[in-house]
Amino acid sequence: MSRTSTGLLVGLVLALSPATASAQQKAADPAVIAKGEYLARAGDCIACHTAREGKTFAGGLPMKTPFGTLYTSNITPDPQTGIGTWTSDQFYQMMHNGRFPDGGLVYPAMPFASYTQVTREDSDAIYAYLRTVPPVKQLNKPHDLTFPFNNRSLILGWRTLFFREGEFKPDPTKSAEWNRGNYLVEGLGHCGMCHTPINALGGSKQSQAFEGGLIPMQNWYAPSLTSNKETGLGDWTIEEIVDYLRKGVSAKGAVYGPMAEVVYNSLQYLNDDDVRAMAVYLKGLAQGGPPEKASTSLPSAESSLLLSFGKSIYDRDCASCHGATGQGMPPDYPPLAGNQSIQMVSAVNSIRMVLNGGYPPGTSGNPMPHGMPPFAQKLSDDEVAAVVTYIRTAWGNRGEPVSARQANELRAATLN
Amino acid sequence: MDRFLPLTALLALFALPIDAAQSQTTERAPDTMAARVLACAPCHGAEGEGTSDAYFPRLAGKPAGYLYNQLIAFRDGRRRYPPMNYLLEFQTDDYLKKIAEYFASLRPAFPPPVPPVDSKEVLARGEQIVKNGDPQHGIPPCSACHGPALGGMEPGIPGLLGLRAAYISGQLGGWRYGTRTAFAPDCMQIVAGLLTEVDVKAVAAYLSSRPAPADPSFAPRGSLPMPLECGSEPH
Ligand code: HEC
Ligand code: HEC
Ligand code: HEC
Ligand code: HEC
Ligand code: HEC
Repeated sequence: MSRTSTGLLVGLVLALSPATASAQQKAADPAVIAKGEYLARAGDCIACHTAREGKTFAGGLPMKTPFGTLYTSNITPDPQTGIGTWTSDQFYQMMHNGRFPDGGLVYPAMPFASYTQVTREDSDAIYAYLRTVPPVKQLNKPHDLTFPFNNRSLILGWRTLFFREGEFKPDPTKSAEWNRGNYLVEGLGHCGMCHTPINALGGSKQSQAFEGGLIPMQNWYAPSLTSNKETGLGDWTIEEIVDYLRKGVSAKGAVYGPMAEVVYNSLQYLNDDDVRAMAVYLKGLAQGGPPEKASTSLPSAESSLLLSFGKSIYDRDCASCHGATGQGMPPDYPPLAGNQSIQMVSAVNSIRMVLNGGYPPGTSGNPMPHGMPPFAQKLSDDEVAAVVTYIRTAWGNRGEPVSARQANELRAATLN
Repeated sequence: MDRFLPLTALLALFALPIDAAQSQTTERAPDTMAARVLACAPCHGAEGEGTSDAYFPRLAGKPAGYLYNQLIAFRDGRRRYPPMNYLLEFQTDDYLKKIAEYFASLRPAFPPPVPPVDSKEVLARGEQIVKNGDPQHGIPPCSACHGPALGGMEPGIPGLLGLRAAYISGQLGGWRYGTRTAFAPDCMQIVAGLLTEVDVKAVAAYLSSRPAPADPSFAPRGSLPMPLECGSEPH
């Protein structure tokens, strides 16, 4: 999957002269290296810094943005083409402040706006680990951005608006577990990069942190992780959130789309304590109470026709897995009744699931997932709209109807 | 593997939801491979027998090593068909191996071969290339690798019978245009590159006109003198 990001507005010449500093070469402690490897998993560096079938951490993965394509960098310790000559100070400056060794500005597609929270000690551990991975000689591919975004000085404006430098400061009024979760979710996990709405300038809107948003270029919607308004984790138990994040399936829902990559490359490798801490923190973001009732205008004569058409399709094509009353067979086949993620204002995820099907990621906790067939070739736009309208409104679900046009538009969405 | 297992599993699957609805208990999905690969059924059939769409290939009974190589190639994007690249993107080698072994073990009946619509000359040209190649243009006989009976060779070379003409020419085109690549050295890319449009049509017409054997038998590993080296078929 090529990752996308709008988190950038800028950029120009790659005026990065290789750092002059001589890297400290003293061999690091194996325990520190192991810790660094674990933290690199938590930060999901591999997902962006490894191209498909490419060498690990050698970069070259295209990241599509509305402003053009960025190519990720080689972060192996090769001295000419990677970061072999970087010192741990320079590495920290990149993670913490989004600057190259020569002071040049880094595009925010590299999630330094989250990584800024990473402690110096953890940054040094990741640095020590990256020095031990096999060096790969591979020149960075130049970015392919349109004017004016190919001018790096534009990043300055973005930084003033959206970047708050600062290491994580624990909240002494909260438990150690909550603080650990806060650190991982807001820092290395960079969850907000997808789950916080993107505004027109390509930055994350901090006022709406974790309220969900449509991921640009990918046509997937990352749901709210709070439990206000449209959806959220309000009625998930800690156990269910832990299962979802670590195994990729849970009694409440299964992982798919861009979230599958996050679980596959990153979260499944984290230990139980850390994932539990993230779940505790996410639960705390939830504002509690049932989600606000959606104001559907159903049933009008028209939408009730759509519903009965939708029900006949559901009974024929979906009930064998998701159950006659939408109860599913969790965790293998997710429940649809009471599933908040299909009642969100945005119906893109449900429509895309019906068109493309999917498998949750294969993880150590769920190595042989069950899958859902694609229906793109079997169902017409009207049928897709009818069945999605049905699952969004049946069994007490409170989503809004969708139109054939919405279904049609998503047929063209790129798959990966 | 018990060849009736998939069918029973399927029946069980369709029976379950009703029970579940009645008892309101949360039933687990059947713990079988048949249930796990239902996502493949709309295009490949519930038992990998293929569907009426000529472009969707049969999977059942092909060598497990060959199927495994294809699943890896789809997952990693070396063979392109976006709906399949998408489904397999986050699956492990181990699981893909189990899926390959599962489809390799199935033996649903073949559909009867379609009566050829092409002229005798075209079919004869196809037969010539398949059995003897075209030494003048450096084309090796297909049978040199796919076996004298065209049943394939363990572990990585598939049989060529039971495939439809549109699929065969589609795959040879895929190699020529780079949307399908196999492990290097990719011998099929060389072979496909030597064929003209006319050759491709003739070979596809001939192969699809031949009946498939009820029970496929693969030549044992290393038993054929392959004229080129193939990355998918290590010696
Ligand atoms: C969401 C994608 C993404 C993730 C996740 C990510 N990076 Fe990056 N990274 C990028 C991009 C894009 C660039 C290039 C930025 C530029 O050219 O301004 C980059 C650049 C870098 C650089 C600069 C290297 C150079 O010479 O240009 C370093 C070092 C780096 N990343 C380290 C990391 C580490 C360590 C992690 C994990 C903790 C990580 N990255 C995670 C996208 C990502
Ligand atoms: C690359 C974008 C991306 C990143 C990064 C990301 N997510 Fe997601 N996430 C999504 C999408 C898209 C969905 C909706 C698909 C689904 O439900 O599986 C989702 C769904 C979820 C859900 C289920 C919500 C629901 O109501 O069903 C949870 C919980 C979640 N993410 C937590 C996280 C956490 C924790 C992190 C950081 C470690 C994270 N996500 C990082 C894109 C992302
Ligand atoms: C063979 C079993 C099967 C059938 C048939 C099936 N599904 Fe699914 N469905 C699944 C599985 C498995 C998942 C989880 C997929 C993933 O995580 O990638 C899923 C996920 C979903 C989701 C996402 C749920 C969420 O938490 O956001 C929706 C919506 C959905 N299915 C709707 C349907 C509809 C509508 C039909 C009929 C047109 C259908 N499914 C038919 C197995 C099935
Ligand atoms: C939307 C239809 C569709 C679905 C769903 C689908 N496939 Fe395919 N599959 C195809 C097509 C079309 C091809 C031929 C692609 C090409 O041109 O290379 C193919 C090719 C294959 C091949 C290579 C066959 C050969 O002889 O080379 C294998 C193996 C395979 N699919 C396995 C699967 C498995 C396993 C699943 C379920 C996880 C699956 N497919 C789901 C359409 C589909
Ligand atoms: C040098 C050995 C060799 C020769 C000669 C050869 N093949 Fe192949 N063929 C292979 C291998 C190996 C594969 C499997 C490639 C892979 O792993 O994708 C293959 C696969 C194929 C496939 C794909 C089958 C499927 O189910 O998708 C077709 C079609 C095919 N060959 C046709 C031919 C034809 C026609 C000829 C003669 C003109 C021929 N081959 C000659 C080695 C050979």
